[in-house]
Amino acid sequence: MASLLGRFCRKLVVPGSAHGSRMISTTACDSEAVKSLNLYSAINQALHIALETDPRSYVFGEDVGFGGVFRCTTGLAERFGKNRVFNTPLCEQGIVGFGIGLAAMGNRAVVEIQFADYIYPAFDQIVNEAAKFRYRSGNQFNCGGLTIRAPYGAVGHGGHYHSQSPEAFFCHVPGIKVVIPRSPREAKGLLLSSIRDPNPVVFFEPKWLYRQAVEEVPEHDYMIPLSQAEVIREGNDITLVGWGAQLTVMEQACLDAEKEGISCELIDLKTLLPWDKETVEASVKKTGRLLISHEAPVTGGFGAEISATILERCFLKLEAPVSRVCGLDTPFPLVFEPFYMPTKNKASSSSSLSSPLKKKHYLIMGLHVWCRYWMQSSPLLITSHSICFFR
Amino acid sequence: MIITSTFLYSWRWIRMTCQARQENTCTCRPCKPVTLKHILYGKLCTQTSLKTQYLSSFLYYSSSFSSPLLLVLFADMAIWFARSRNIVFSLRHNLNLPGILIKRDYSPRPAFTNSQLSSKSSVFLDSFTSLRHESTAVEKQLDLVQQSDEENPDQELDFPGGKLGSTSKMKFIPESSPLRVPCYRVLDEDGRIIPDSDYIPVSEKLAVRMYEHMATLQVMDHIFYEAQRQGRISFFITTVGEEAINIASAAALSPEDVVLPQYREPGVLLWRGFTLQEFANQCFGNKADHGKGRQMPVHYGSNRHNHFTVSSPIATQLPQAAGVGYSLKMEKKNACAVTFIGDGGTSEGDFHAGLNFAAVMEAPVVFICRNNGWAISTHISEQFRSDGIVVKGRAYGIRSIRVDGNDALAVYSAVRSAREMAVKEQRPVLIEAMTYRVGHHSTSDDSTKYRAADEIQYWKMSRNPVNIFRKWVEDNGWWSEEDESKIRSNARKQILQAIQAAEKWDKQPLTELFSDVYDVKPKNLEEQELGLKELVEKQPQDYPPGFQI
Repeated sequence: MASLLGRFCRKLVVPGSAHGSRMISTTACDSEAVKSLNLYSAINQALHIALETDPRSYVFGEDVGFGGVFRCTTGLAERFGKNRVFNTPLCEQGIVGFGIGLAAMGNRAVVEIQFADYIYPAFDQIVNEAAKFRYRSGNQFNCGGLTIRAPYGAVGHGGHYHSQSPEAFFCHVPGIKVVIPRSPREAKGLLLSSIRDPNPVVFFEPKWLYRQAVEEVPEHDYMIPLSQAEVIREGNDITLVGWGAQLTVMEQACLDAEKEGISCELIDLKTLLPWDKETVEASVKKTGRLLISHEAPVTGGFGAEISATILERCFLKLEAPVSRVCGLDTPFPLVFEPFYMPTKNKASSSSSLSSPLKKKHYLIMGLHVWCRYWMQSSPLLITSHSICFFR
Repeated sequence: MIITSTFLYSWRWIRMTCQARQENTCTCRPCKPVTLKHILYGKLCTQTSLKTQYLSSFLYYSSSFSSPLLLVLFADMAIWFARSRNIVFSLRHNLNLPGILIKRDYSPRPAFTNSQLSSKSSVFLDSFTSLRHESTAVEKQLDLVQQSDEENPDQELDFPGGKLGSTSKMKFIPESSPLRVPCYRVLDEDGRIIPDSDYIPVSEKLAVRMYEHMATLQVMDHIFYEAQRQGRISFFITTVGEEAINIASAAALSPEDVVLPQYREPGVLLWRGFTLQEFANQCFGNKADHGKGRQMPVHYGSNRHNHFTVSSPIATQLPQAAGVGYSLKMEKKNACAVTFIGDGGTSEGDFHAGLNFAAVMEAPVVFICRNNGWAISTHISEQFRSDGIVVKGRAYGIRSIRVDGNDALAVYSAVRSAREMAVKEQRPVLIEAMTYRVGHHSTSDDSTKYRAADEIQYWKMSRNPVNIFRKWVEDNGWWSEEDESKIRSNARKQILQAIQAAEKWDKQPLTELFSDVYDVKPKNLEEQELGLKELVEKQPQDYPPGFQI
């Protein structure tokens, strides 16, 4: 108990930013052949496998022919031919529309949008067409074979138009899936799942990790299931939820918190739509605290959805307000990027991680909860509310 | 007359020569004043080709017998062009400026001083000899004088897009041609085939079938429109005035061709065998609707008939059609994608995307634009400034044709030919079908608010595609008044029955609200479905009847 108290009493101060550190894979390596690959190579491998296993699959987009601006599509055109792997005109709405047409005819269309910042011209095709294709036709038609890949997120020097995280826009669209991998191994499995999923998928790749992240990636064909979050680090005191490159930052925050004696449970959401509420709910019910972190601006970001859902489901188990450590509500700046980003010290100094809960308050809160439940009388409520504010 | 013409002719020559010397574009050596001898014998600068010399001589002599001024003018122009082109050519050739146009000196003339000219004289001497040998080439070029106008195709420029001829005449391509692209038609307003028309013959069976469908479509439009007005369906879009486009284009296609409609082409689906009952079911959104009641009326779709489901956003189907066409090409199917768009829809970005992609990907797609003059209340004069849509085809490298959309035979021939081209040559084709939207945009629109009632009346009465085609079919002895009343009363009866039945049937079960969002219902939808079911069971009075829980 004393150690528990001591643990909660100290305030965390974590120096510096760990942005850009290598992701340490917490998944065990299997005995089958693995290769040390970075993210773009893993994606490249996934695309090779996808095209190999389905002769009716296509990869296209701007500049994919020579290998792509991020080298994700190297070797595909040479191996599978220009009929299946080709450059398109510079027109995102055309790229996605063309992809929908191909997919509607039963093909797999793996479409590349050069940067997620440029996906907006295709937004109409994605939201009004791809997402509703099956539903509006009464399941007579579908474009499930469509997968839209786009590099997203901060890269250190991207500024407004090479750093955006637009996942929140797409998470609001029933009918599509939004998938974001955190590492090379995850990316390969998730991309293969996305391509083979019978629903249109928007697959955001953290461009920061294209070269930075290196991991042992199995060489064979494997898929990682969608809509299943993964607890990549077990803990008891607080749940941290994130996706993509942000997990490397959060991992650092977890390590730093551990030095201070706080045990963090880190969850990689992987699929944002439809997202795995059960895993996060179970974790928060265990820890009682939640911290969500994403690069996208905090207002209207996907963290708000997670926060609202967890509040609905775990309100009585929460010991602190749900914390969101996110980008600022500004366009993504260039020189101010280090200040904009939700770095590990922002995470560590957030209210959830840093506000200690004293034992007596815990007891009083427990009593308040019990009272509300069974007595349903107002006098106790007033006193219990004051306790909450004090906390 | 001889004296006058000679005088006029020579006067023009003197003037020209003097002008040339002033501007120093004459590179004759020596540049002496032109003597009468020169003029009388039509002796010109040695640069001028033999042909022009002959031409000028001919004109000189014939000018005495016919209207001198015009001929003189023509000859002058011809020679002037030849001379200045030769000059430019020789300058480029000799000054080794193959890819570089002469820098235009915008200061007042002369561009070259006499001294400069004399210093370059040796250069030009060479040009004489070269040009003498080049004279035949120049002669050929002279034939192109009206087209190329100072262009020298021999002098090619190399750029990433390929080789181009160059011109040192700064000329802007006019924003419009003097003549609009003509409209291909076969039948005149009286339903008679225009003599010497190209068209694909239509058999009696086909023609009668086409007419029956056009009549049925008319009756369907009328009754469903009235049903909306009576509040039985929420919305409807008619095809009044565009029946020929609907049916004739459908008749020209094969059943394997995949159709991606806009929303004013239900006739295509009707032709392919979608029953009147199925149309009614979709409009009422009942349990038999293939679309499961999810969309507004007229948003038909049928995979059995290779007809993609209609969606309200305009032009989104165009890049999709390119993808569909590409898929058919890769599968080596004897089929193409056919997609429809209105005049308004061609302003959308997706029109540009769709046509560009289809052209670049060499996809077999037939783009049919129904130019009916109106996009709701926006007249085409407010939609674009080009000569309609047909001229846009060339901008994308797409073969295009303008056809009279109220002429079923023309539409049939054009679509049939376009389809063959698309499939055989694996390329997109653009058809602009000119027509008029007689009806309102939809039941939510009253078009008399923005256009004259007599304009609508004119098109309805005098340019009615159904009437025109009927006249032709009747003239052939394939149709009679009896057939007419029979088809219309039959259609009317069937449609009324279909509507009555569709109205009575239950709606879709409530679970269909949640299915097909994804292939498999995800957890959040299962939860929401349970929640909604509980709510509806608790308070059924707040919800419309007919939905099975």
